[in-house]
Amino acid sequence: MKQAAFESRYQATWLAFEKRLSIELPRSGKSNHGDDRELEPEAGLKSGGADEVDFSFSEAYRLICNHYALAQQRGYSLSLLDYLNDLSMRGHGVLYRSKVNFRYRLIQFLLFDFPQAVREEWKLVLSAGLLFYIPLIGMVVGISVFPELAYSVFSPEQISSIETMYDPSAEHIGRERESETDLAMFGFYIRNNIGIGFQTVVTGIIGGAGSLFYLIYNGLSIGTAAGHLIQLGYHRPFIGFVAGHSAFELTGIVFAGAAGLKIGFSLLFPGRLRRLSSLTRAVAESVTLIYGVILMLLIAAFVEAFWSSNGSIDFTVKVSVGVGTWCIVLCYFILLGRRRET
Amino acid sequence: MLDTRYSMETPEGIALQLTVAGPGVRGLAFLVDLLIRGVVQLLLALLFGVLGIAGYGLFAISMFAMEWFYPVLFEVFWDGQTPGKRLMELKVVNDNATPVTWSSSVVRNLFRVVDFMPLLYITGLVSLCVNSQFKRIGDLAAGTLVIYNSPRKPMQFDSDASARLSPIPLDLQEQQTIVSFSERLPQLSPQRNRELANILQPIIAEKDQQAVDALVEIANGIRGKQ
Repeated sequence: MKQAAFESRYQATWLAFEKRLSIELPRSGKSNHGDDRELEPEAGLKSGGADEVDFSFSEAYRLICNHYALAQQRGYSLSLLDYLNDLSMRGHGVLYRSKVNFRYRLIQFLLFDFPQAVREEWKLVLSAGLLFYIPLIGMVVGISVFPELAYSVFSPEQISSIETMYDPSAEHIGRERESETDLAMFGFYIRNNIGIGFQTVVTGIIGGAGSLFYLIYNGLSIGTAAGHLIQLGYHRPFIGFVAGHSAFELTGIVFAGAAGLKIGFSLLFPGRLRRLSSLTRAVAESVTLIYGVILMLLIAAFVEAFWSSNGSIDFTVKVSVGVGTWCIVLCYFILLGRRRET
Repeated sequence: MLDTRYSMETPEGIALQLTVAGPGVRGLAFLVDLLIRGVVQLLLALLFGVLGIAGYGLFAISMFAMEWFYPVLFEVFWDGQTPGKRLMELKVVNDNATPVTWSSSVVRNLFRVVDFMPLLYITGLVSLCVNSQFKRIGDLAAGTLVIYNSPRKPMQFDSDASARLSPIPLDLQEQQTIVSFSERLPQLSPQRNRELANILQPIIAEKDQQAVDALVEIANGIRGKQ
């Protein structure tokens, strides 16, 4: 068939498909595949002079693919090939776009995916946890024996600023502030802490080195601050302040480290895959953990800004809430998502 | 071969042709986005500045969102395009040419940090240059491509054209060359068109504009116009 005959025979089909694409491509990303057949009749495709047939989108798309393949094989002109390539590509995008309901995915994530991902990666989570908690506890114990050890991690100026923050004689414990600055600190924590969480994840790509660094470094600094304040006898204000958000923040850091280590190990030990495929796969598998890091650190920032810093709440209340959140967090990751409901 | 075209086979058995975008345009698109972000952040700073200390919190949150999620939200909700990419006629797609998803967009934008290191996207640039599909580290990790998304010209299905037969038999490649020539006439200057057509003077026995017209008619004949 000559190109001109081919064009005149099928151009109605192509134009109808073009129209259909503009209907099928809503900006919101919501799917309307279910109601394919409710489209206005004009959008239905006419096939080569046959009676008007109302194809489903996938049938219409396959027809376009068929025409494209024919045009390539018959050596039709470049402009027609480009046109059909463009039509097929847009059709491909519409047909194979991901069709997920955001609310469903969110519930799925909270009830199943997140705790399951943590358990699935338990070796990495455990390694990241050890890399983080060993320096932390080591510093606390170390400083209780050799108090001057604190000065090997922080400068004297940093130490004195930590001391003033948690001075029991200060009116507001934590960082000095009025209640109207809670929002300001919330913003600061979000930007700072989640930013560091992201850095911990992505620098893992250097064979895990970046994540390793952030895990150990954070463990050392938190341990030093804690050890120094306890040794000074400031443990009540310090523990009262960190109790509420510690469960979320510390686990968030550990998960970020675990995700980063996974990405790093995928390059170091690709197994039977090419390094690149191994990386892409590891990254796709750690996306759940990354979302989890965002969630945990968001909660931590919220609690830290609006609860931990509230000086009017009693020490015992704060500590019991802290213990409560640790129990909830642990139960969440141990118990949830064991059984998949349909 | 040095070629920015990339062929992707679909389950339907056809090979889609994608044109991947290089460092130059992508850099420009990034600069446009940077400028937009800068202006928006400046406006937000002025707006939240009125609110005092609480305003600082809102500003920090907006900074966080702009730093990490500005590209993600645009890519997911705007067909793979940030404003800069739209201006440069680029778009992000998954490796299999499907629209970019939340996960792949989040990953490719988180890894910007790595691409930026040690400064000014040097790692990303090196990665882009050693890679046949112009992928920075974020694209490699997320499995995404940045391709050209040229605006669609409506296809011309003209029917009122005169045709003639070629004086000599033409093989497929020669036929395609002549048809391509006739399709590209508007993109070249008239002088260049004549110059190219004159190469075939010994065969079609015409010169200058007549030669161009003759070639267009032969092309019409090849395409099957009467």
